[in-house]
Amino acid sequence: MSGKLYLYPVWLRLWHAVNALLILLLIASGISMQFSNPEHPFIRFDVAVTIHNLSGMILTLNYLVFLVGNFITPNGLYYKATVKGLSQRIMKQFVYYTYGIFKHEKAPFPVTKESKFNPLQQFTYIMAMYVLVPIVLLTGWALLYPELILTKFMGGSGLRVNDFIHVIIGFFLSFFMFVHIYFCTIGATFISNFKSMVTGYHEQHD
Amino acid sequence: MTLFFSKNSLKASLPIAVAIFLAFFVATSLWAQSNKKAENTKFNEKCLKCHGQSKYKYDNPQSHAVVTKRMYLETIINRNLFSNSNHGAFKCTDCHSEDYDTFPHPGRLRMDAKNACIDCHGGDEAYAKFKFEQIEKEFQSSVHATKHSEDFNCWMCHNPHFYKIKARSNEKITDIVAYDNAICLNCHADVTKYQMLTDKVNPNILQKHEWLPNQALHFKNVRCIECHARANDSILVAHNIQPKAKAVRRCVECHSTNSILMATLYKYKVKEGRSKAGFYNGIIMNEGYVIGANRNYYLGLISLIMFACVAAGILIHATLRIVKRKK
Repeated sequence: MSGKLYLYPVWLRLWHAVNALLILLLIASGISMQFSNPEHPFIRFDVAVTIHNLSGMILTLNYLVFLVGNFITPNGLYYKATVKGLSQRIMKQFVYYTYGIFKHEKAPFPVTKESKFNPLQQFTYIMAMYVLVPIVLLTGWALLYPELILTKFMGGSGLRVNDFIHVIIGFFLSFFMFVHIYFCTIGATFISNFKSMVTGYHEQHD
Repeated sequence: MTLFFSKNSLKASLPIAVAIFLAFFVATSLWAQSNKKAENTKFNEKCLKCHGQSKYKYDNPQSHAVVTKRMYLETIINRNLFSNSNHGAFKCTDCHSEDYDTFPHPGRLRMDAKNACIDCHGGDEAYAKFKFEQIEKEFQSSVHATKHSEDFNCWMCHNPHFYKIKARSNEKITDIVAYDNAICLNCHADVTKYQMLTDKVNPNILQKHEWLPNQALHFKNVRCIECHARANDSILVAHNIQPKAKAVRRCVECHSTNSILMATLYKYKVKEGRSKAGFYNGIIMNEGYVIGANRNYYLGLISLIMFACVAAGILIHATLRIVKRKK
């Protein structure tokens, strides 16, 4: 089966491009601050702080665009997973990625207009966009206005726990980003998924 | 001869006797000390009758009238602040001439040289741990001394009547910061005091520090001297105030695992670099959070291992895809 499906409307492509750029800036500036070193600065500290703060603020607005977009357009339906049998479906997709793909087997969940994400994608995207990103945004805003965090946790300051969560989730989102970019190369061709992000059309596997 | 106590019982009771003697000695010393302070406080009332308030009265022998005058602001001594200060147990005449006994005070007394810290504290074993000699040396190299020579003395910052040492106490860091910064702001935020030493216009501190991100937070959590004095390993509080151009401006001086805050503000609190839970400069985290300085060793290690695993996974997967691609 081959052909093209229009899956990515303009607003979604714009949102995705802005999101990608901001997350890359946040990862670079975040790593630079976390491992700040006077002898070998990756990005100058004050520059990294400014990039991180501004990118985080814009990412919040962009996240609102995503939420509203998913609410008022059918795109939100792709993020609604059927819990029943989900783990088996995820496992099936996982086996395909780790074994079947090398045997040139057919993808177990081909992309359709009704289901543009395979179960593994759907699960990780839901986790990333509805769990990890909100946590990282909230903890990020809390770090931007640390005096607002008054709650004390576990004998230490709320700020410490808050930062720990922010950094850990930041790491997970970084890992997600690397894997996400790599998986984009798994398409009809090496670059077809990257082209889709510009044209809006998904190119089907043969 | 009959002994009331056997040798063994004497031996056993010896430590008790020593303990009782020591307790008695300590108690009497404390009593003598507090008694001495009470005695001096009573003595000081002769001075504070006038200098402890904003006005004073005296009989004019010529007009036979009681004259009320306002006390000169700088010579008003707050009893409570003085009593709680480091010098609170002293008699006024321990430092000031006994000739102040008479009223009106003889005018020549104004010309008397004032003591500096080193005059009393220098070369004294009891104060050796404070290292006043080194403090004096640092101060002499500081911009305060080099720019203003003799005009600038210890009392400009450490009011001898009210000063109470804070850096060695277990108070909250933010309280220590507020107390110490108030010392700097006493002149640097008060044009009349600032211009006692210079004709320059006092720079606006908020404007001058506009470049500093989260300015209010920095002012609340670190002392001016963290950036404006050169840290010294051998004394607790740096006194070598640097010229403006040499102030710390690189964020990473504090925001890194080698944070200078550990050699300055948190010096008295801890000597370890990494705490047991793996946090670099962990002690800072009891009271604040300094990005870059407080990162956790284990979290960094785990994240690097995970990153390596992700990278290796991607590399292996990509290689296999290339190797197994359709020919």
